[in-house]
Amino acid sequence: MSKTLRIKNLHVCVEGKPILNGVNLTINRGETHALMGPNGSGKSTLGNAVMGHPSYEVTDGTIELVDADGTVTNVLEMDASERARAGLFMAFQRPMAIPGVKLADFMRHATSNVRNPDRKEGEGLIPMREFRKELKDKMGHLRMDLDFARRYVNDGFSGGEMKRAEILQMAMLKPKFAILDETDSGLDVDAVKLASESIAEISADAAADGAMGVLIITHHDKLLERNTPDFTHVILGGRIVETGGVELAKELHNDGYDRIRAAYPEAAKLNSEMAEEDAVTV
Amino acid sequence: MATDTIPTVADLERPVDDVPHEINKYDFITQTTGVFKARKGLNREVVAQISEMKSEPGWMRDFRLRSLEIFKSKPMPKWGGDIAIDFDDVYYYLKPTEGQSKNWDDVPKEIKETYDKLGIVEAEQKRLVAGVKAQFESEVVYGSLQEDLGKQGVLFTDTDTAVREHPELLRQYFGKIIPPEDNKFAALNSAVWSGGSFIYVPPGVHIEFPLQAYFRINAESMGQFERTLIIVDEGASVHYVEGCTAPMYTTESLHSAVVEVIVKKNGRARYTTIQNWANNIYNLVTKRAMAYQDSLMEWIDGNLGSHLTMKYPAVYMMEPGARGEILSIAFSSKGQHQDAGAKVVHCAPNTSSRIVSKSISKNGGRSSYRGLCKVEKGATGVKSNVVCDALILDHDSRSDTYPYIEVEEQDVSIEHEASVSRIGEEQLFYLMSRGLTEAEASSMIVSGFIEPLVRELPMEYAVEMNRLIELQMEGSVG
Repeated sequence: MSKTLRIKNLHVCVEGKPILNGVNLTINRGETHALMGPNGSGKSTLGNAVMGHPSYEVTDGTIELVDADGTVTNVLEMDASERARAGLFMAFQRPMAIPGVKLADFMRHATSNVRNPDRKEGEGLIPMREFRKELKDKMGHLRMDLDFARRYVNDGFSGGEMKRAEILQMAMLKPKFAILDETDSGLDVDAVKLASESIAEISADAAADGAMGVLIITHHDKLLERNTPDFTHVILGGRIVETGGVELAKELHNDGYDRIRAAYPEAAKLNSEMAEEDAVTV
Repeated sequence: MATDTIPTVADLERPVDDVPHEINKYDFITQTTGVFKARKGLNREVVAQISEMKSEPGWMRDFRLRSLEIFKSKPMPKWGGDIAIDFDDVYYYLKPTEGQSKNWDDVPKEIKETYDKLGIVEAEQKRLVAGVKAQFESEVVYGSLQEDLGKQGVLFTDTDTAVREHPELLRQYFGKIIPPEDNKFAALNSAVWSGGSFIYVPPGVHIEFPLQAYFRINAESMGQFERTLIIVDEGASVHYVEGCTAPMYTTESLHSAVVEVIVKKNGRARYTTIQNWANNIYNLVTKRAMAYQDSLMEWIDGNLGSHLTMKYPAVYMMEPGARGEILSIAFSSKGQHQDAGAKVVHCAPNTSSRIVSKSISKNGGRSSYRGLCKVEKGATGVKSNVVCDALILDHDSRSDTYPYIEVEEQDVSIEHEASVSRIGEEQLFYLMSRGLTEAEASSMIVSGFIEPLVRELPMEYAVEMNRLIELQMEGSVG
C-alpha cells in the first residue's frame, strides 16, 4: 500500500515552454499540504503533471509512489487512468463538461475501475443498488439533491455545482492522494465551509489503510481553516522557494507575495515573465 | 419461363471459405441452399420471372416491367457517394424457403440459427413487441402478430402476401408516395422488389408495443429490395422498428429498399431503423411519409456500417397541423461513407418540422448531412428547426454538411444550426483522470453525443445501439 507521493526535481514543459523548474515535494498519507503562489507560478501545472495530462511534458525529474515496505512505483510510466487506479486524484479548477453523459453513469464506471484496478473493459460494474446507496449517502453529506446525479457531467453546472461535484467524485473514489486545484474559488462562504468540512471527512474516511495525503492549491486561507496544513509551500517561477507551517499560509493570505518576491528575485523575474505570457495567450 | 433459366444446385453453392473475418457479431454466414435463385443480372426476363414466381396479378407484373424501363432510362445520381455497382453481377431474387412460418419451430434450422444469433425471437418472447417479421434474402420467412391486434383489424404481413390478400387496400397507396419515376433506385426497387412489411392500422387503434422486422442478407452478391408500406388510419398510432444486418463478403451486395408511409388525420407513426450492415453493402434507400391534418410522422434512423449509405427519410406535410420529425445518427469508419440526412416538405399552412442529425466519423470515415427544407407557396405559419452536429474522432476523418432550403412563403420560421467538434484532449483527460481507460472515455463521449437520440429508442434498441457504438469504438484509439 502506497504511503508516500514523492516528487523530485520535476521539470515540466507545456508546448516547449518550461513551466516547472525543479519541484521537490513529498506528501505522506494523512498529511495536508497547502501550495500557494502568485498567478503563473506553476501551481496548476504541478497538479496536471502529477495526474498525467498528455500536454504537460515531464523533461526531467521523477514522480513516484512509495510503499510502506519501500517499494517504489514510477508514476511517470502510467497514463491518467492508471494513475487514478493507483490512488491519485485531482479536483479540477475547471472541470470539463461531457454532454449526454449522466454524472451517475460516469461515476459508476469510474468507481468500478478505481476500486477494482484490474477490471477489464466490459466486466461487471459495481452493483447498481450498492452504488446508488453509497452515492445517495455521499450526496446527502454534500447537501446535493439526488436529481443532480441524473444531470449530464458538468453540463450547465454553476461554478459552485461543479466544485461540489468534484468533491463528490473524490468522496466516491476514495483516493490515497488528492490534489485540490482551487476548489474554493467561485464558492461563497457557506459553500467553502461545507467543502472544507467534507474534505476533512473524506480524508479521514478515504481508505481502509489510512487517511488521504492532500495537496490544496489555493489563493486564500479559508479552505485551510478546517484543513489546517501540516506544511505550506510557496511556489514562484516554477520552483518551491519556501516551506513552512500554517503560519506561512496566514502570512501570504494577509500580506501577499512581496516579501517572497524580494527574497527570491530570480524566481520572481521568471514568474513575472511567465505570468505575462499567460496574459498574452489569454 | 424457359427451363434453362432454372438454376442447378451447383449454382447455389459457392465457396465461402475465403471470406475475411471481422470481429462483429453479425459477421457470420449461414450455409443454406435455398429453394430458388434467379439468375444474376437485370433484364425483362429476370423481372418477369420474379413476378411469376410470386404468382402476381398482371398489374403488378406490368408495374415491375415499366419500372425496369424507368430504371434503365435514369442516369446514376451525380451527387452523394461513388456508386460502383455492376448491376449485371447481382442476384436480384433468392427464395430461401417454401412459404412463411407462423411458428418459430417451423423456420428452417439454418435460418433459425441466424436469427437466434441476432436475438430476434427473444424480444417477442419477452412480449416487448406486438408482432415480428423476419426477412432472409428476398422473402419473409417468419411472421407473427398478437391475436388481439388481428381482431381489431390490424394487418401486419409481408408485402407479397398483401398483394394477394389485400389488393384493394394496397393498390390504393402502393407506389403512390414514391413512384418509380422518383429516382433511379426507387425504380430499381419497383422492378425487383420482394418482401418488406405491409401494415394497416384501422381508425382509432393504438398499438402499444412496437411491430418489428429484421432484414438479413446472407448470400454473396445478393441484392435485397424490400418494399414496405404503412397505412395509419385516422386517429390511429403505430411504432414500427426494423433492424438490418449482413455478413462480410469479398464482393459488394446491394440493399435498396422503398418505404412508403401514410399517416391520416390525427394519426401518429414512428418508424425506427437501426442498420448495421457489413462494410461492403451499398445501402440506397428511399423513405417517404405523407402526413395529413394534425398528424405526426417520426423517422428515427440509425446508420452504422455499409460501404455507402444514401438515405434521406422524408416527411411531406400535406394538410394543416401536420408535423414531421426526423432524428438520425450516422457512424462512419474506415472505407465508409454515410451520406444521410432528411427532407421535410411543407405543403400546407401551420405545419412544423424538426430535424436532428448527429454524425460520428473515425478512422478515415466520412459522414455527410444532406438535408432539404422546402416550404411550398401558400404554406404560411410554417415552423422548421434543423440541428446537425458532427463529431470527428481523428484527423483522417471527414464531415460535410449540405443543407438545402427552398422557401416560397414569407411568414415562416426556419432555424438551422450546425456544429462540428472533435473529441477534445481535455475531455479525455478529465474522464481518464477518474480511472476510465482511453477507449472507455472516447466511447463515453460518443455515447453522450448521441444520447439525445438514443433516449428516443425503445429500451432494448437503446441498449443495442450503445453496444454497437462500443463495438465500433473498440480499437479506435491508440
